[in-house]
Parts: sequence; structure tokens; C-alpha cells
Amino acid sequence: MSILVYIEHAEGKVKKTSLEAVSFANALAAKTGEGEVVALALGTIGQDELASVGKAGASKVLHGSDDRLTAGVIQAHASAVAQAFEKVGAKTVVLAKSSLGDAVAARLAIKINAALVSNVVELPDTSAGYKVKRSIFTGKAFAETEVTTENKILAIKKNAVDLKTDGGDATVETFDVSLSDADFASKITSTERATGEVLLPEADIVVSGGRGLKGPENWGMIEDLAKTLGAATGCSKPVSDIGWRPHHEHVGQTGVKVAPSLYIAIGISGAIQHLAGVNSSKCIVVVNKDPEAPFFKAADYGIVGDAFEVVPKLNEALKAEL
Amino acid sequence: MNILVCITHVPDTTSKIQFTDNNTKFDSAGVQFIIGPYDDYALARAVELRDQTGGKLTVLNVGLAESDPTLRKALAIGADEAIRVNSEPKDSFFVAKQIAHYAKEGGYDLILMGRESIDFNGGMVHGMVGELLGMPSFSPVMKLDVEGTTVKMAREIEGGKEMLEASLPLIAGCQEPIAEWKIPNMRGIMSARTKPLNVVEPVTDETQAVATQYQLPPAKGAVKLVDKDHVEELVKLLKNEAKVL
Ligand SMILES: Cc1cc2nc3c(=O)[nH]c(=O)nc-3n(C[C@H](O)[C@H](O)[C@H](O)COP(=O)(O)OP(=O)(O)OC[C@H]3O[C@@H](n4cnc5c(N)ncnc54)[C@H](O)[C@@H]3O)c2cc1C
Ligand SMILES: Nc1ncnc2c1ncn2[C@@H]1O[C@H](COP(=O)(O)O)[C@@H](O)[C@H]1O
Repeated sequence: MSILVYIEHAEGKVKKTSLEAVSFANALAAKTGEGEVVALALGTIGQDELASVGKAGASKVLHGSDDRLTAGVIQAHASAVAQAFEKVGAKTVVLAKSSLGDAVAARLAIKINAALVSNVVELPDTSAGYKVKRSIFTGKAFAETEVTTENKILAIKKNAVDLKTDGGDATVETFDVSLSDADFASKITSTERATGEVLLPEADIVVSGGRGLKGPENWGMIEDLAKTLGAATGCSKPVSDIGWRPHHEHVGQTGVKVAPSLYIAIGISGAIQHLAGVNSSKCIVVVNKDPEAPFFKAADYGIVGDAFEVVPKLNEALKAEL
Repeated sequence: MNILVCITHVPDTTSKIQFTDNNTKFDSAGVQFIIGPYDDYALARAVELRDQTGGKLTVLNVGLAESDPTLRKALAIGADEAIRVNSEPKDSFFVAKQIAHYAKEGGYDLILMGRESIDFNGGMVHGMVGELLGMPSFSPVMKLDVEGTTVKMAREIEGGKEMLEASLPLIAGCQEPIAEWKIPNMRGIMSARTKPLNVVEPVTDETQAVATQYQLPPAKGAVKLVDKDHVEELVKLLKNEAKVL
């Protein structure tokens, strides 16, 4: 028996969130005795990169190298994962929550008759039955969920486990996926993706700006600070609504949910809908000129002051220290 | 074009989340319920598409009678009729089974949902229904145009978006900026009173993953303030105390 992990890659690299899913599966296998961890990668990607998934805790990587799978066609990926599930004789599939992962997992759940639990935050409790803790109400609460099916899919929230880095190389095996025309009934005609930048949903540090920054021309200092920290940039909803920043940077209830180690909020009031997207952050720093801004109640550290004065100084202080 | 929009009946986004009965039930005391914000985007786009192409727009909720005002609001916004599957939405699989059954009966060309519900945040009901009906499903969709039977969409991916083309019928889980939320006007509210709201019974009671116990996150300690003229203090705290640098 083994646990199957569906992994994603972009720009030739396995995503960090997928490596976390592998580490989660590794810890789960140790707990339940489900044997080895087998990862499944789809589309064109280097063999060495795949072998390195072993460090995170996989002993084998199945590679469905069909180039038509490089773009994330939802139906085709769901079919491929179902075939791999069958082949390795798994009972559990683990994957990282993501735009593609969510869409694939839902279809897979029906294909393999598995319960799907999303936003999983820790290893299941298997002492009596099978109970999984997941984050609900956009991070405002947790639910213990009782799973009653034999097959299970766990979609892991970021930071649910520590990333394992001390495993060996995984063996990489080619996996022939049999795909039909129906799997490719939809076509991805083009993709626009920010390249070379730290991606917001996966970032370890996020620097976010709100309406307090007055206009898009003032984002230079946010980007400078992000650069110093190796951070991704985010924003509040009104900022992306007015078009100061691209939509995919909008953080909150109706935007991206982030879970970085450090979230720095600059000129953001801290409305409950914004907090819903950041409440899983390990440490929150708030810079706001209004000492009554609600964000301070959700923060670990704060500076009451004018962003235009504080941010450049903070950037210099960080540069001196890092 | 016949369109189905599936909507959730969820606590307003500003609600304080609390539980009762030994943390086994959501505490709805003092909570205002709304159409899920993402479902509201789906509904807004569906109204535009129905107005553009003609046909009928149906809204569906799996829920108890307390959902009726939410369904009436959807009718006021512009849906032509409503279906309520009369049951507590026990888990995503249960909900997907009900939707798939009634969606098949209705023979819809397009099924729009929200990218996720804001209570359980699964982001999975659309995909499950898609697989159950053998229809393609896409989420999170931020743009959707119909030209004949061709549907052109933009789907959000990490750090960007991808453009897609597919054919009707299909399912999409929607998010902004697919359309602007619509606020019901007086005429809409008046006409909603006489539009049909059909209550039907669940077709199966199968479940797979039911929440049994709830928990709130630990309370946050007080914020530590650093003087704006000594920002280097903050850097030290982040490095040595919080250990996040
Ligand atoms: C259904 C729904 C969903 C929503 N979803 C989201 C969501 O996902 N994400 C989201 O962000 N919002 C969301 N909102 C909107 C949310 O309610 C707030 O309106 C929004 O977050 C406010 O953005 P802001 O803090 O940038 O702007 P404001 O509320 O205008 O706050 C600006 C802040 O900047 C400070 N400031 C001004 N000048 C300076 C300066 N020079 N230096 C330092 N500080 C300064 C001010 O003191 C103030 O606190 C949602 C709302 C609804 C109704
Ligand atoms: N009880 C329900 N009744 C009707 N539609 C629902 C229900 N639950 C979820 N949905 C739809 O499925 C989408 C995704 O929900 P979820 O998978 O729970 O995040 C929602 O945005 C709704 O459009």
C-alpha cells in the first residue's frame, strides 16, 4: 500500500506547497502504516527535479510525461490521478490546496469514490475512526470532520506541516496515462503569469499595501521593501478594485488567502474581510497612521506612523541587518 | 439559454463566528445571513447572460426553510424561479448529489456556482457536480462570455490567469471581477414575491465527511508597538523574538 501525492510544478520547479504535501503524506504514512509515499507529476519537467522530491519524503515519483498535461487541463489531470491511484493501490491521496489542485481533487473524489477534506491543518486523528481537523469560515474557526469512506483525499492548507528536507533521492518512473479526447474537451488558449516574482499564495513573507498608500505611483516603496525581504506583494480589495494593483494580489475573504511566516500590512485598516485572508499568518506587522485602526488588534507588532516616512526607514534598517 | 445558479445561505462576512451545544453547532444568534459573496458574483453574471440571450434563470439552494429569504433575494436580483432542496447541507458530497440530480432534471446549458462557500470554503461542489454529470467544470472563473455554444473564460491561477475555451454545457465556479454585484430594486422585490419557489426533497442521504466538533483559534495577545523613530527595534524583534527573518 502507499499514499499518492499529486504534485504541481511551474517554470521547471516542483511547487513548495506540493513538497509540503509530500512531507505531510510522509508523516501520515508513518502514523497509519500506509507504506511508502508515491508522488505523481504530470507534464514536462526535468528528471533531476523530480528525483529531488525524495528529500521531502517520497520514495518514488510517477511521471506522466505527456506534454499535453503540462498545462493544467482539469479533466485530464483528474483522469490521470485516478489512473495512478488505481495503479499504486492507494487508499489516500494528498495534495496542496491550489487553483488547479482544488478543481482536480473535486472531480477525483467522485471518480475514486473518496471523501474529500479541504483546508486540512494537521495530521488526522486515527485513534477512533478517522477525524480530520480543517480550517473553516475563512480561517475564523476549525472543524473536526469525521470521514466514513475507505478512500480519502486530503487537500492540505499551507504550513500544516514542517517541510522535510532530509530524505534521499526518489526513483523516477515513467507512467503512461491513457487520455481520451473528452479529457481535452476544453482548451487553454493562453496563460498570463507573473514570472520570476515570488508568488503570493506560496510566499513565506508578504508585504501588502492598502488605500492608505494614496495611489499606484507609491507602490515603489512597497516593492523595494518586498525585494529586500524576498517577499511577495499583496493589497487590499479596494486597491485592486480601483486598478492600482492586479487582481491576483488582492488578499482577503474574497481574494487570496495567505499563510506566510510574516505578513506586513501598510496603510490597510484591517476590515474583518481583509483579516479573513491573513489570519493564518504566523506573525503580523501593521504600519498605520491611525492608532485606532482595527488591524492593530490582530497584529503582533505595530508602528503608528505615516507609511511614507516609516517604510523607507524600515527598508534601510532591514538592509543593514539582513 | 437555461441557466442554473447554486447559492449558499451563509453568515454575513462581518459576523462573529461562535458555536453552541458544546461546540457542535454554529451559533446563529444575532447573525445576519446573506447569499455567499462568490455565489452573488455567479448570480450577477447569470442575470446578465439571461438578459442577453433570453431563456430562464433558476437558483437552487440545499438548505432548510431559513434559506427562503436568501432565495427570495436572488429572485429579486433577477432569477426567474427558485428551488430549495429541503435538507441541512450535511457535507459537500451530499450537496453535490442533490444538485446533480435536480440539474439533470432541468437540463441546463450553463451551471454557475461560487468559487467556494464562505462557511466551509471547500471549493469543491462544482467539480463534484461536474464529474457526477459528466460535464466539464472550471474554477475559479473570473471572466465568462458565451458566443453561440462556445464559452470563453479566464481562470485565476497562482500569480496570474489562463484563458480557456470550452463548449456548453459546462459548470463554472465564479469569482470577481466576472460581474458587479447587483442590488435588488423595488420592482425586483415586488415581483420576487410571486415568482415560484419550489421546495423539493433530497434524493439521497449519503454523506462522506461530516463536521462533528468546532473550535475557535486561540486568542491573540496584545500588539507590541514600536516607536516610528526607532524602526530598527522592529527589525530586532522580528529577528530575535518572532524569529521570522
Ligand atoms: C462581502 C465583502 C467582501 C470583502 N472582501 C474583502 C477582501 O477579500 N479583502 C479586502 O481587503 N477587503 C475586502 N472587503 C472590503 C473591506 O470591507 C474594506 O473595505 C477594505 O479592506 C478596506 O481597504 P483598506 O484598508 O485598503 O482601505 P481603508 O479602509 O480606506 O483604510 C486605509 C487605511 O490606511 C491608513 N492610512 C491612511 N494614510 C496613511 C498613511 N499615510 N500612512 C499609514 N497609514 C495610512 C488609514 O488610517 C486606514 O486605516 C470586502 C467587503 C465586503 C462587503
Ligand atoms: N448548500 C448549498 N446549496 C446550493 N449550492 C451550494 C451549497 N453549498 C455549496 N454550494 C455551491 O457550491 C459552491 C462551492 O461550495 P464549496 O464547495 O462548499 O466551497 C458554492 O459557492 C455554491 O455555489
